[in-house]
Parts: sequence; structure tokens; C-alpha cells
Amino acid sequence: MDSYSKRKNIVILIFVLVGMAFIFKLFSLQILDKKYKNIATRNVLREVVNYPSRGLIYDRNKQLMVYNQAAYDLMAIPREIGTFDTLRLCSMLGIHPENLNRELQKAKQYSWYRPSIIARQISPENYAVLQEHMYHYPGFYFQTRTLRRYAYNVGAHVLGYVGEVNRNMLNSDSYYLMGDYYGVTGLENTYETYMRGEKGASFFLVDVHNRVKGTYDKGRLNVQPIKGKDLVTTLDVQLQQYGELLMNNKSGSVVAIEPSTGEILALVTSPTYQPEEMVGRNRSDNFPKLAADTLLPLYNRAVRAMYPPGSTFKMINALIALQEKAITPRTRFMCNHGYHIGSFSMRCTHDHEFTLTPSIARSCNAYYAHAFRRTLEAPQFRNVREGYEKWQEHVLSFGFSQKISKEFSEELSGLIPDANYYQERVFPHSRWRALPIISLSIGQGEIMTTPLQMANYAAILANRGYYYTPHLVKEIEDETIDNEFVSRHYTTIDSIYFDLILDGMEHVMSVEHRGTGAGSFVPGISILGKTGTAENPHGADHSTFIAFAPRDSPQIAIAVYVENGKWGSTFAAPIASLMIEMYLKGLIQPSRKNLEKRMLESNLLFPDEPGFVKVE
Amino acid sequence: MSRSNTWENLDWITILVYLFLIVAGWLNIYSAAYVENAGSVINIDSQYGKQMIWIVFSLILGFFVLVSDSKFFVSFSYVLYGITILLLIAVLFFGREVNASKSWFVIGGFAFQPAELAKLGTALAVARIISSHGFNFNKYKKLLSLLLVILLPVVLIFLQNDAGSAIVYAVFILPFFREGMSGLILFFGVFFALIFILSIVVEPIVLLILIIAAAMLTVLILRRKWSDILYALVLNGSLFLLFWLLVFLAKDSQPDSYFILLYSSLLSSGILLVYGFFLKLKQVIVICGIFLASVLFSLTVDYAFDNMLQSHQQSRINHLLGVEFDPLGSGYNVNQSKIAIGSGGLMGKGFLNGTQTKYDFVPEQSTDFIFCTVGEEWGFVGTSLVVLAFVFLLIRLIIIAERQRSVFSRVFGYSVASILFFHFSINIGMTIGLAPVVGIPLPFFSYGGSSLWGFTLLIFILLKLDTNRREQLH
Repeated sequence: MDSYSKRKNIVILIFVLVGMAFIFKLFSLQILDKKYKNIATRNVLREVVNYPSRGLIYDRNKQLMVYNQAAYDLMAIPREIGTFDTLRLCSMLGIHPENLNRELQKAKQYSWYRPSIIARQISPENYAVLQEHMYHYPGFYFQTRTLRRYAYNVGAHVLGYVGEVNRNMLNSDSYYLMGDYYGVTGLENTYETYMRGEKGASFFLVDVHNRVKGTYDKGRLNVQPIKGKDLVTTLDVQLQQYGELLMNNKSGSVVAIEPSTGEILALVTSPTYQPEEMVGRNRSDNFPKLAADTLLPLYNRAVRAMYPPGSTFKMINALIALQEKAITPRTRFMCNHGYHIGSFSMRCTHDHEFTLTPSIARSCNAYYAHAFRRTLEAPQFRNVREGYEKWQEHVLSFGFSQKISKEFSEELSGLIPDANYYQERVFPHSRWRALPIISLSIGQGEIMTTPLQMANYAAILANRGYYYTPHLVKEIEDETIDNEFVSRHYTTIDSIYFDLILDGMEHVMSVEHRGTGAGSFVPGISILGKTGTAENPHGADHSTFIAFAPRDSPQIAIAVYVENGKWGSTFAAPIASLMIEMYLKGLIQPSRKNLEKRMLESNLLFPDEPGFVKVE
Repeated sequence: MSRSNTWENLDWITILVYLFLIVAGWLNIYSAAYVENAGSVINIDSQYGKQMIWIVFSLILGFFVLVSDSKFFVSFSYVLYGITILLLIAVLFFGREVNASKSWFVIGGFAFQPAELAKLGTALAVARIISSHGFNFNKYKKLLSLLLVILLPVVLIFLQNDAGSAIVYAVFILPFFREGMSGLILFFGVFFALIFILSIVVEPIVLLILIIAAAMLTVLILRRKWSDILYALVLNGSLFLLFWLLVFLAKDSQPDSYFILLYSSLLSSGILLVYGFFLKLKQVIVICGIFLASVLFSLTVDYAFDNMLQSHQQSRINHLLGVEFDPLGSGYNVNQSKIAIGSGGLMGKGFLNGTQTKYDFVPEQSTDFIFCTVGEEWGFVGTSLVVLAFVFLLIRLIIIAERQRSVFSRVFGYSVASILFFHFSINIGMTIGLAPVVGIPLPFFSYGGSSLWGFTLLIFILLKLDTNRREQLH
């Protein structure tokens, strides 16, 4: 009909080719390429983390110590931030534009897609105003957070503080997001995984202007947060508070343990800080000051300070001597104003013979020099070195020279040197002898112990030969506590030897027996104690005292160190006796009010302030 | 010519595809507009409600066309063309400006765009001219009137600042081709249009390399000798190195590769051209000639665009070419459109479950980018079905056009198919990143009464003409 009719094929070909091109392209877009699905989801999904409230902390009598208070953080997702009125936002937030820009810069460096905190802990008033205007600020939203509050402003080192996660935490634990809080120190840190709870999430659909359009998938994906588990600590908050008061203006530590369980009743370190000082915005102001303080308030002396135990170590040496049959209860040693052998002298204050019990009550150095030498040179040992190794083994069974708590990451282990230590330093060329290491007999020399270990030692004496790992947590909500906390650790000393020692410790508090701690006698309570003086090469010696009470079914064992307090009887023993009286009776009897007042007011740290006591 | 004749001869297949597309289109507008309105109480019966009214009117309009007389459209083709031209002029004076285009009449709550009807008038007039006695593409007087018939609405629509609707008229090249216009015009038309677009859109060096590659490919196809390619490459390559060294030594600095390549390829093709003349190698002459012409053309476009046009003119051409106003950075709209379609997967998210389109991530989601809703909610199954339905309809229209005894009906049929094809390919192409962003509707899908009526009239007039396919309508 017409000569160009074949051209219809070319036209149809063009149509078909375009159609095929579209179908190929659509196939690649919709089926082959998976990225568009993710981008589409990212476009419309806003995940809001619902933070669980952190577990509460109670004391042993279920008194609330730590709780939470709501605060609001302004969050931003850099990718979604549009243009906005910086000045207006800043004025509503009450922050400087420079700070805002700096925080935004930091957020962008962290991630374009994940939320970062732009402004922290906005007051509820500012929050109310801002919330009304949030639609002007795409990419910004609020996150409800909780701050720690303290019913009693005590126990800072035990409780620890909560802070923002650092980069390491972010990398190592996927639970955390930038700006999350976690327990940095103390129980907050040790029991972080219990107390933090489980985060929830809400998924919202947002439009291109970042306005929330509804819940995603009818909220089926939403996860409710699960609140953190509550902690019941072993602390007695009143005792802790009293201990901190007594240690005010003194440097040192008080650790009290319930011997029958290993539960720590009070763990005082001084100087310290108040837990509130480390909350939220306060921390950034206070932390540098505390860190720079020469009195080291951030240093947990109770578990980190290492002092020689001094005379309090005499009981363990007596026990070892008895166990190794080096002495008997009736063995007598002469004190001739000390222990003298050849040119060697260890000074003491007596001039008569001692048996075991009085040697403890009156803390005779000579007796222990004799006993220690007899122990190391006992016939069952081939040589002194072997004797020393046995001695060290006994000492280690009391929990010394090791980290006994599992709850303080910062704990130090103290030191009871092994035989090689002395082999290298003292006997490199000569045969082992007892004399060069005789100061170990009175708890001086190279040995180092922490206040926590000394309190545990007091608990072992109270238990007549065993201890439970000292611990701070009594209950975790719906969880069982570490099995370690309920199993006994026996020492290598037979329990039959303990009562002799306890007789001596009872006499320490007795005027009649001229005991060294008689000044701290508490009428009506049988306290068993031992004074000590820890040699301090840097200044006045440290005053130390360990004790427990009552003798039968003991309820409290305690160790007190007062740095530069000189004699055990001057500060450590009175403070320990007050703690024990307070714990057992709930009050201080009138006859002891003067002692209490003197202890509360004594100031060993600040010469220019009232109550300063100069110790030579 | 009885009424029963009309219904017997009616091409029901086309009607069915038409109805399918209209219904599918309405469902997608419903979905795109549904959530948009969920948040606000006003306009509760807006887009999908209005579109339903447009659809009912369209069907009534289609019915009236079918019961009318075919000869009416032939006899009154110029009159109808004249009316649409008058409307185009009138809108310049009485129209309302929407999105910087003055192309809408607004009466009551309804807006009407005469440019959508002008395509119909032009298609009728074009069919009338080509079917007129003694028409031939070599007769310049007839050809001139044909070009004027097309250029008049193009100029008027350009004056409305609605470039997208104006360039649709380029598609009349297809019916012309069918009616005997030289194939070379189709080829060169497409070729130089491509070079024109590419000179503005892509980097000069990319375009130059593309042209060189195309020339090499043509040599290979026409001469079927690898050695020719090798000689040309060696020639061009050595000239390139020579120039490079000369510039390097003279200026003592790194020469600009683009200019070196430009001069070396121009010189080498000049040398080949002379060589071709001496040995009388026709193909070499043609290829070198076209090569030189296209390079010079692209240089001219580049130069003219950068130096002779003012910035608002530049941006208008950019706008025309899809290098356009982009509020959130380069390619944002197309990117969001691809995300919406791509996220649909095989089966889609289901009716009313699209999120990208609902929440305004995709611009113009019920008009120009309605295909995104199809892609997101109905998946690859839905999109390929729509593409296949369109291709099927286009082929069906060609088949219908080819079975006409009357040249008028055939030309009109080709025009209808071509106009639909242009809208289909540019609109879907733009949503999936295969075509520049030109704001023209997807037939039967995009929200809007004017375009729906325009396309309905095009199809139903063709179907009416088709019922008289065995008759010579002059």
C-alpha cells in the first residue's frame, strides 16, 4: 500500500527497546540492589532508645542509699540536622553557641547516623519550653536519662560513680552508645552489668521533615526497657556514716567485717569526697580538683594503702609458733628491755619473763623475737629457709599478699615476700639465719598489708581459723551472689590454738592486765583487740588497731589505721572501740562521750584548723 | 455508518488496557494522597476524590467521541487545532502562574492546562497536512506548513515557561519518519540532540572520548578492518604525544590533556580526511566529516552556552535538560525516587504501605513521580506489569494505525502512540535515573484532569477513527 510500511518495525523496535531497558533497570534497582531497602528504612525509621532506670542500692537494713532522678539530654543525629536558628536554640538551652558548635562537631566526628549528646541534663523547665519548639530543629530530639542521687552522702569509694562511656567501652561492648552512662568505679562498676538493666527501643516513622508520623509496624518491634537490678549492700549505712565522721580530718582507713559472713559493714577511707560531687555536671568541675589534692581523696586507702601491720601481727606469729610446736602456752621468754643477741638488739619496755597470753596483752617484742626464731629453726625444718617457707605459707592462708576482694578493681595485694626475695637481698652469700629477718616477728620489715586484709585477719581470729571472702554485696535482685562469698576459707592453723591468743587479746583491753588498749575499754562489751604501731619512714608512725567483739559469736571485726597517729592506743583503738560500741549498742554510753568527742574533733591533717593534734 | 458498526469495530483490547491503566493509576494516587491527608482534617477528599471525578468525565468524554462522527475530526482538524492555539494564547493573558509556569486556567477549584489539549490539536493538524493530496517530504512548501503547525504551540508553550511540555513535540519526528521523512534526519536529529545534551551535561573530555570511540566503532562496523582502527589510533596517539611534549617543553608545565587530545584528534581526522579524498574512500570521508562536525558542534555549544548565554538562560537550559533546580544537592530527587522504587523489592510493600512516598521523601509523589508509589508498594511485579502494559498499548496503537486505509488516521495513530511513548519513556526514565528530570506526567497515572482528558481524547479519537478503518475518510 505504501512504500514505508516496513518502518513500523523500527518504531515498534524503539518502543520495545525502551520497555526492555526499563525492565532491566527496574530489575537491577528492585531485585539485585539491596541497598535501597536499607536506605529507605534509614530514611523513615527513628530509633529512640528507652533507657532503663539503673538499679537502686540499699544498705544491709534495706535503707535506700542510691536512687535515680530524671534528667533530659538533647540528642542529635548529624545527618538529619537541617538548617536551624542556632542562637534561638542556644538561648532556650542556656548554653553558648560555641559550645553547641563544638558538640555538633564532635557528634559528626563520632557518626553521621548515630545519635550523640549535644547538651546534657537540661532542667525540666528548659525542657518544657524546648519540647514545644522541637519541630523547628530536625535531627534533634530529647532523651530521658537518669542521674544518681544519694540518700546518705557517704561511702563514695564503695559506691563509686557513674560517668559517660569512653571510646574503649564503645568499641569493646556493643551495649553502649556514645553518651551512655556506666559505672566507672566502685560497686557501680563491679555490678555494672546487673545494675544497668536492658535498654528498650521505640521505632517511629518520620517524614522528610523529621516529624514523627506514627509507630513503626504498629510498635511490634518496640522493646520495653528492663530496669536494672537493685543491689543490697552489706554496708550498715549508719556505721559507715559514723566511721566517716570519726575519720574526719584524719588520714587512714576503717574496715569493719561481720566475721560470720565476711560481709563488710563499713569501709571508710579518709580523706574522701561526697558521692554527689561526682554526679553529672558536678563531676567535670570537681574531678580535677579532687585529682590534684595532695591528700589523695580519690585514693581508696582501705584497699590500696599498704602499711606494715606492726604489733597486730604478733597473734599470727604466736599461732604459727604454736602450730609448728616452737612454743607451748607455758613457754617463757625473758624480756630484758628487749631482745639482745651479740651486737643485735630489738628494744622493748619490760624486764621480766613472759608467757604467751600476757605477751599479747602487753605487746612484748622480745617474746616474739624468741618465738619467731624458734619457729624458723624448729627441728622439723632442714634449714631456716625451709622454716621461712612454712611461715610464709601459714601467713598466706590468712589472706595476706593477695587480692582478697573480688569487688575492687583497684585493690592492691600487699606483700609477704617469698623465700627467694630474702635469698637475693639478705642471704646472697650466706646461709639463712633468723636474726636478719627477725623484725617480721613484730610485723615490721618488708611485709605490707592493706586495711581490708587486716580487718579480714581480725575476722579470722574471731572465727578461730577461717574466713569468708570479704564482700560488699548481700543480695542482687533475682540473682544469686557469687558462690565464693558463702564458702569458708580455712587457715593452716588448727582452731584449738586460737583461744590462747584470744585470751591475750581480751587482756589488751583490760586495765587489770595492764593491756595496751585498756584506755578504750567499753563497759558491757567484751572487745578483743590488739594495738599496733606501723613504722613509717616518712614521718610519725601510723596508729593501728584490730579488734572484734563480742568474744562468743562475734558480730564485728575491725581494723583501723590512722596515719601518723603514732601509737595504736592513741587513735586507732579508741576509734575502733567507738565503732564497735555504735554497731553493737546503737549509741555511745555517757562515760565514753568525752572520748568520742576527742576522736571526732581530732585533726591530724590541718595545722591551721581547730582540733589539730601534733604527733611527734 | 450505523452506531452498531462503531461498537462492533471498536478495539476492545485497547479499551481494556486503557481501563487497567486508569484504575491502577487511581489506586496509586489514592495511596500517595491517602497518608498525606491523614494528618490534616482539611482536604480530606482532595486528590483521589478529584481524580475520580476526572476519570468519570474522561469516560463520558470517551463515550461522546465514540458516538460522534469520524469525519468530524478530519473536517474540523484545523478548527480544533486553532481552538487549542487560541487557548494557549489566552492562558498567557488569563492563566495563573503555578511553579513559575503560566500554563493553567483556574476555574473554581479546578485547574486546566491547555498545553495538554494542544498535543491533540497538533496531532490532528499534522495528520491533516500529511494526508493532504500530494504531500511529500521533498515539497518544501508543505514541509514548511508542517513545521509551522508544530512550532507554533512549541513557542507558545515555551512562552508559558513550561519547557517540559514543549519538548514533547519533538516526538512528531516518529510519524514523519513513518511517512517517508529521510531516516538520516531521524539519525542525525537524535545524534546531534544527544551531542547537544551531552556537551552541557558531561565534562568536555568525556564527551570527546565518547565521540572518538563512536567514530572508531563506526569505522569498524563499516570497514570491518581492525588495521584501520590501529592506524587511526597510532596516528592520533603519536600526535597526542608529540603535542604533549611540545607543550611540555615550551611551557615547562603539565599540559592540559583535554586540549592536547582535542587538537591531536582534530588534526589526525583532518589528515585522514585528506587521505580519504586522495584514495576516494567514501566511508572514511563520511566518518571523518561527521567526526569533525560533531566535535566542532559540541565546542560551539559549549562556547555558546558558557559565553553567550546569561546565567538565567543557562539555568533555563539546565532546567530543560534536567540539570535543574535541586533544593538538597545534586540528584536528590532522583536519588529519593530510586530509593523508593528500589525499596519495593520483588513484591512491594503492599497497597498503602509505602513510606518513602507517603512521607514526602519523594517529591511530587502524586504527579510527576507517581511511578515511585507503584515501585514501592507493588514492587518489581507491579512496575514491570505497568511497563509491559504501556509497551503493549503502544504496539497495539501502532497496529491500529497500520491497519487504517486513511492516511489521516494512520498519521494520527502514530502521533498518539508517539506522544504516549514520549511521556512514558521520559517520565519513567526520570524516576529510575535513565532520563533527565523533565516535569511531564505519566499518562493515566499522574494526578491531573487536563492530561487525563488529553490522553483519553487522543486514544478515543483514534479508536473512533479505527471503527471506520476500511474507509477513506477524505
